[in-house]
Amino acid sequence: MKKNVLLTVATRKGAWLFHGDASRRSWRVDGPHFLGHIVNHLVLDPRDGRTLLAAAKTGHLGPTIFRSTDRGRSWKEAARPPAFAKSADGREGRAVDHSFWLTPGHASQPGVWFAGTSPQGLFRSADGGASWEPFSAINDDPQYRAWMGTVQDGTPDGPKLHSIIVDPRDAAHMYLAMSGGGVHESLDGGRSFAPLVEGLEVVEGFDPANVAFHDPHCIRLCPSDPDRLYQQNHCGLYRLDRPLKKWVRIGKSMPKRVGDIGFPMVVHPRDADTAWMFPMDGNAVWPRTSPEGRPAVYGTQDAGKTWRRLDSGMPRKQAWWTVKRQAMSADTLDPIGLYFGTTSGELWMSRDEGRRWKCVARHLPEIYAVETG
Amino acid sequence: MKVLIPSPLLSYTGKSSVQASGATLGAALADLERQYAGIRFRMIDEQDRIRRHVRIFVDGEQVFDLARPLRPDDEVIIVQALTGG
Repeated sequence: MKKNVLLTVATRKGAWLFHGDASRRSWRVDGPHFLGHIVNHLVLDPRDGRTLLAAAKTGHLGPTIFRSTDRGRSWKEAARPPAFAKSADGREGRAVDHSFWLTPGHASQPGVWFAGTSPQGLFRSADGGASWEPFSAINDDPQYRAWMGTVQDGTPDGPKLHSIIVDPRDAAHMYLAMSGGGVHESLDGGRSFAPLVEGLEVVEGFDPANVAFHDPHCIRLCPSDPDRLYQQNHCGLYRLDRPLKKWVRIGKSMPKRVGDIGFPMVVHPRDADTAWMFPMDGNAVWPRTSPEGRPAVYGTQDAGKTWRRLDSGMPRKQAWWTVKRQAMSADTLDPIGLYFGTTSGELWMSRDEGRRWKCVARHLPEIYAVETG
Repeated sequence: MKVLIPSPLLSYTGKSSVQASGATLGAALADLERQYAGIRFRMIDEQDRIRRHVRIFVDGEQVFDLARPLRPDDEVIIVQALTGG
């Protein structure tokens, strides 16, 4: 039986829910929620199908997490949002500017969630997002703090910890990424982490052996083969097949005039050889818009050996889209649906794995994240 | 003492003027937190710094230090500073 798809759309000015029918042809819009709030991520808990967490702040106020246990009909604020430990000297201590990334925990740990923040911090909730505890192994470790750099060593909106991934086979096995600060792996549930950056390139002239210089944009684990990871990086597109530790740059097979730079990365829920990326112009001053103003998704069905342009239905010219790292995702239907949101406030979808595209909504605020549930 | 609340924080208090007690600004904010859970962290970060786009005035004078003493008849005004669109 086909299930209905819920799209959660987080924007710079609030959040929206798009309820699709079973055919994904008709969408009911629910929103805005938190109008005026900067919502970086809005995620439905796949373990219960009804809990939603929203990472929010406003231009004036500090960050918080809003929680719903009824698919967005009502919301309650977290009692203790992610916050760094108080430093002995408050002038030097870090403060969470915003929660950026939310990841539901392992299926065997209902109520557990992880949050990544700006500046880079890792937090865990054991009560469905009501209260959050910092991970000292990342947040306070002198080596990790050095790899994080300063607030200038990150995105224009601040340095971020993102791509928190829990291995579906083992709740203690985790990955995370930092922009900047590289990719890291934990085998003990987050008590300790180690870098996983071999094979990744860095900006020319810098030493790739220095973890601080690495800027992963988005990492995804393949649910059908949890030993396979895909990564969109500031310096190209990569794949990693564990137990190997060396990333392989699979973006070299992208057309030269398009390149392999972008923000999001999407994997197929049932086929680990299939993945999609959204290329953006990384030349000269890094416009980070669709190359030549001609947007397209590129998909591979052979683990990155070859890529196919998927742009049917998209504008043919003068469309200078940017799609952020959390703003592209897939559902789990057959064929799967693909979705992305642009910073110009358009929400697009494909019901046939990228072959044809259709605009679902226009005139939304700057889209930060699009997730499915 | 009387505390004036700016519009972004009305979701916590439901009204623009509330009462709080405390011998210092920090104590008054702690009292506000007891009454309106969650409100303090939106104004004050985890290092006890007043957030960048929040301003607090006591009897017309801008205050930067949570240790600032308060009298019961002081008026505390919390305002939103200018920030971008």
